Amino acid sequence: MKILVCISHVPDTTSKINFTDGDTKFDTNGVQFVINPNDEFGLTRAMWFKEKQGASVDVVNVGGAETEPTLRKALAIGADNAIRVNAEATDGFFVANQLAKVVKDGGYDLVIAGRESIDYNGGMVPGMLAALTGANFVNTCIGLEVEGDTATATREIDGGKETSKAKLPLIIGGQKGLVAESDLRIPNMRGIMMARKKPLTVVDPIDASQETKTVHFQKPEPKGAVTLVDSENVDQLISLLHNEAKVI
Amino acid sequence: MSVLVYTESENGVFKKGALEVASYAKGVADMLGTSVTAISINGGASDELGLYGVEKVLEVKEDKLTAFNAKAYASVIQQAVQQEGAKVVIISSSADSKFIAPLLSVYLTAGYVSNVVALPESTSPIKVKRTAFTNKAFNSTEISSDVKLIGLSNNAYGLKENSVTVSSEGFTPTLSDEDFGVQIESVDKATDKVSIADAEIVVSGGRGLKGPENWGLIEELADVLGAATACSKPVSDMGWRPHAEHVGQTGKPVASNLYIAIGVSGAIQHLAGINASKVKVVINNDPEAPFFKAADYGIVGDAFEVVPKLIEKLKEFKSNNA
Repeated sequence: MKILVCISHVPDTTSKINFTDGDTKFDTNGVQFVINPNDEFGLTRAMWFKEKQGASVDVVNVGGAETEPTLRKALAIGADNAIRVNAEATDGFFVANQLAKVVKDGGYDLVIAGRESIDYNGGMVPGMLAALTGANFVNTCIGLEVEGDTATATREIDGGKETSKAKLPLIIGGQKGLVAESDLRIPNMRGIMMARKKPLTVVDPIDASQETKTVHFQKPEPKGAVTLVDSENVDQLISLLHNEAKVI
Repeated sequence: MSVLVYTESENGVFKKGALEVASYAKGVADMLGTSVTAISINGGASDELGLYGVEKVLEVKEDKLTAFNAKAYASVIQQAVQQEGAKVVIISSSADSKFIAPLLSVYLTAGYVSNVVALPESTSPIKVKRTAFTNKAFNSTEISSDVKLIGLSNNAYGLKENSVTVSSEGFTPTLSDEDFGVQIESVDKATDKVSIADAEIVVSGGRGLKGPENWGLIEELADVLGAATACSKPVSDMGWRPHAEHVGQTGKPVASNLYIAIGVSGAIQHLAGINASKVKVVINNDPEAPFFKAADYGIVGDAFEVVPKLIEKLKEFKSNNA
């Protein structure tokens, strides 16, 4: 089984979010970048398929040279090959078209991408990729098994979960649950050394349109101070929620 | 040229999110000087949509679509958009609609903007405000494609009554076997509980509750308020509560009217995930807990003393206001 894991290069979850150039660009100053957490759950599940079922695992990112350390980290975790499509990830349509080319050229059976990146939260690339390649698709996936050419995938639905069967090729929009948080791997020294020698292929982008464009960023209004209520006086809290906030 | 909205239903009844996207679609249609058409798949009574400004409903009644199927549903919506010549398509942020939307986006070559929180800032070009960086920021996004797909955040616009005369007509889509490549085997869904996505009030517990055996407190408070229950990341990582209850940056986003956090310290990732909630209440014995900086109302105190009192007083309040 040939697996491709799509990797977004995103600010660490603890990052302070600021903008530059008149609030038109994300300020990367002092920001540490990591593998998108939703992608990392998928990568870790892919490692399981590699170790238990002999799958091969490639990773791909659409981005500039600055994203290569993130791809190297995926190699250090255990991926075999990395591919970087050398283009700025401008919008979901553009990125999905680039990935569709990589998927078709590579003949992958299973593609795992995070359900969304934690920076733009678009939540669209996996589904677009499925529509562009014609592969089956399961989103918000929290459990995945493959037997021969058939996958059993469980997805999170509002208020529960749903389990489906689908033939490969299959695209997965993955998240926590594909593996547990405690299954995530920190690359060891041997992995890091080996990752330096693994192939990281840079490919040129194909022509693809961009259908959406961010024109401006804005931070939320600063919050007012909290209204403290004495712990002996919970009636006051109920009254505030009823009369002032009008939420109960 | 109308605005087309996909109104999602469950067991033949429109979901609250469907009425919200209908309300929003009416707002968009008014800005564009046009009307709203809804596409409904094995849905509820069309009259209900008329209350929220929908003038025409395309009703699909099809046994093959009884079980949800993202590709088939996306194809049905695509066919409706093409029949109506709609240029703006509105969809909700439910799990199913977020599953459908990117497929539909490609089928229509429509730029898709998700997590939109307000009516368009401009109509020419269409520019919408959405959340990014898990609620730590907003971005204004222009859509340049001919057909535009807007995904509205849960609970961002609310229900706006706007009664109009509604007509309905049957709609018979062409279905392809290729769309049914994913076959549902089983669904496991608690029917007696409010889901976090649908909830107006969410009650959430953190490590301060000391162990899973104390969750009766959270559940009882949620029960009194008709709320969904949630938890912080450490609580789900330690296995005290199922992952499905984990809210935050890598868990579920929450956009409820009221979010009550008990024994949750308020890590930056947690606060990001719940930031879209309108009113936040924190109960914590540590006055230095970061959550107090993000909350609207707070009580510094021991959850095991404060919450039982709160439950008792809320029961009195509910019986007096019933």
